[in-house]
Amino acid sequence: MTEIRYLKAVNTALSDAMDADPSVVLMGEDVGEAGGPFGASRGLLERFGPSRVLDGPISEAALAGAAVGAAMSGLRPVVEIMFMDFTTLVMDAMVNQAAKVRFMFGGQTSVPMVLRTPHGGGLGAGPQHSQCLEAWFAHVPGLKVVCPSDPASAYGLLRAAIADPDPVVFVENKALYAMKGEIADPPAPFAIGRAAIRRSGTDVTIVAYGAAVHTAGTAADRLAERGVSAEVVDLLSLQPWDEATVLASLSRTHRLVIVHEAVEAFGVGAEIAARMAQVGFDELDGPIMRVGAPFMPVPFSKGLEAAYMPSVDAVLQAVDKTLE
Amino acid sequence: MRDRELTERRLDEAAEITALLRDLLIVRRAEERLSAMFADGEVPGFIHLSIGQEAVSVGVMRALRVEDTLASTHRGHGHAIAKGMPLEGFFSELLAKNEGLCRGRGGSMHVADMSVGMLGANGIVGAGLSIALGSALAHKTLGRNAVAVAFFGDGALAEGLVHECMNLAALWKLPLLFVCENNGWGEFRPTSQQLAFALGDLASAYRIPHRIVDGNDVVAVAEAAEAVVRSIRKGEGPAVLECMTVRVRGHFEGDAQKYRDQAELDAMTERDPIRVVCERLAACGVNDTDLDGLTREVDAVIEAAVAAARRGTDPDPVAARHDVYTDGAAA
Ligand SMILES: Cc1ncc(C[n+]2csc(CCOP(=O)(O)OP(=O)(O)O)c2C)c(N)n1
Ligand SMILES: [Mg+2]
Repeated sequence: MTEIRYLKAVNTALSDAMDADPSVVLMGEDVGEAGGPFGASRGLLERFGPSRVLDGPISEAALAGAAVGAAMSGLRPVVEIMFMDFTTLVMDAMVNQAAKVRFMFGGQTSVPMVLRTPHGGGLGAGPQHSQCLEAWFAHVPGLKVVCPSDPASAYGLLRAAIADPDPVVFVENKALYAMKGEIADPPAPFAIGRAAIRRSGTDVTIVAYGAAVHTAGTAADRLAERGVSAEVVDLLSLQPWDEATVLASLSRTHRLVIVHEAVEAFGVGAEIAARMAQVGFDELDGPIMRVGAPFMPVPFSKGLEAAYMPSVDAVLQAVDKTLE
Repeated sequence: MRDRELTERRLDEAAEITALLRDLLIVRRAEERLSAMFADGEVPGFIHLSIGQEAVSVGVMRALRVEDTLASTHRGHGHAIAKGMPLEGFFSELLAKNEGLCRGRGGSMHVADMSVGMLGANGIVGAGLSIALGSALAHKTLGRNAVAVAFFGDGALAEGLVHECMNLAALWKLPLLFVCENNGWGEFRPTSQQLAFALGDLASAYRIPHRIVDGNDVVAVAEAAEAVVRSIRKGEGPAVLECMTVRVRGHFEGDAQKYRDQAELDAMTERDPIRVVCERLAACGVNDTDLDGLTREVDAVIEAAVAAARRGTDPDPVAARHDVYTDGAAA
């Protein structure tokens, strides 16, 4: 085991994938000479040259659309979109093209591309640089969506996403880039569609993904002090998501709380809650609770943003409610 | 062309021009057949025909090889057939059969055949430009000596994606040919009411060579396409070929075109691509082209494809659900 930062895990996954497969190319704004707006592609231009690390202009729609055409023509492109908020500009490429090509052309071709993009608030970046829009993509048949929570899952899921034959939206979290964590040597890929149980417990299941996994973990620590044993399930993949693991956990604890940083209404949590109400109804001993952001834009002021972000206290309240 | 000298090979051999005539007739008769079947209620959904514009598809394809790729539009039957999509797979798809090349999931607006580099018609105006851009990038990165072609209409020029794609193609010097089929219309209004610029001016802003041809003259299109494709294949970067043409039918089948002048509609027969190519043949001394005989021959091929398509089966809903992802997991 070695300890590396989340950002370095992304960087290493890109570099290892490019080493392993000459058809992997990177494109995006400032991914080359500048090493990526956050440093995720540092050193890659020097290693792999300008034909595989393409500095693109500020043209999100064309870069994402080009990734679709390139993926249909023999490349495995990884496109970086600087902030998830800017994915509004790639929606046609992702929703009408990448997601549909395999199906609407009768399985003639797949679209092996990855769209990497960071979401998340807490950094004072304001309403247009903080949003968590992953549920939009998870709603589209044909796309896969993953969201790692630590360096090992960032590495493992990115390798899996690049190797996957279908389009994958790889959601990073800006607030996690500096996080350190253990990673196997050599690091291992993670299977898309598989959740991880981060902490075993018997009284309540807390399902979370991305940075919210850490909020859930802290809440579980506090609950343990009060004698409540919480199981924390890290989804890792949102589309497809690991229904079996969530259901198995619910069957042990009989209580379910779902936590994410994205707006609560119409979110990933709503889908999980609805499915568990259907397939896990007999297991439930309390209401399924959701903890997400309120239905408002991410605010700029520190105080406003702190009030906006789903907190440990909010998770504790939700747990209390379902244990009532 | 602005800054490139292009030498054109004249297409003056009767045999070559007759081959083009035959290709034109295949697209024309296939679409006329579709039009009749649509009127009979046999073709589901809605269809956009390229009748009157076939010389663009056939002429450009004359310059392409099987490994060259293209991305098309909502009006893509001609591109698909001329690139080599088999007629049986084509008609089966339009009749929504499991034997269709897209297994009855795409239909008219999504005909595609990867095996001949036809990366798909597209229901989203302008989207094909970025697909072709990416395909050109793949050709270049993988060291193939292939060219990608983006077909689009004049109405698409108002989409912002056109700007992004032209800028990127020029910046990255990609082997990409932009083919604008300028038929003067975008749905129900002349594009003169939709565009404040001319394509040539746009192309010159990106320093991309631009050439205008008579898009109803298949020989002129083929000669121009051959010249630009040759320069693109040599690594000289993208080019724009603007083909001035005429949309004979409505925007879609069933559009009565009440918004068009009778005079304009009458003038179209004068410039019919099949008439124009027969004049070309006459000019090189061939006055005995048996148009009726050739049409009968083409019709027999089309009839066989239609008959085979009609024998096709309905697509299976379960199989369709398992084709959303490559691993076959049910959606
Ligand atoms: C993004 C988008 N906007 C609008 C439409 C509806 N639409 C379909 S075809 C068309 C006109 C396109 O005109 P042009 O590009 O000139 O092609 P033509 O129909 O003349 O072949 C429009 C507006 C669409 N399919 N996609
Ligand atoms: Mg038009």
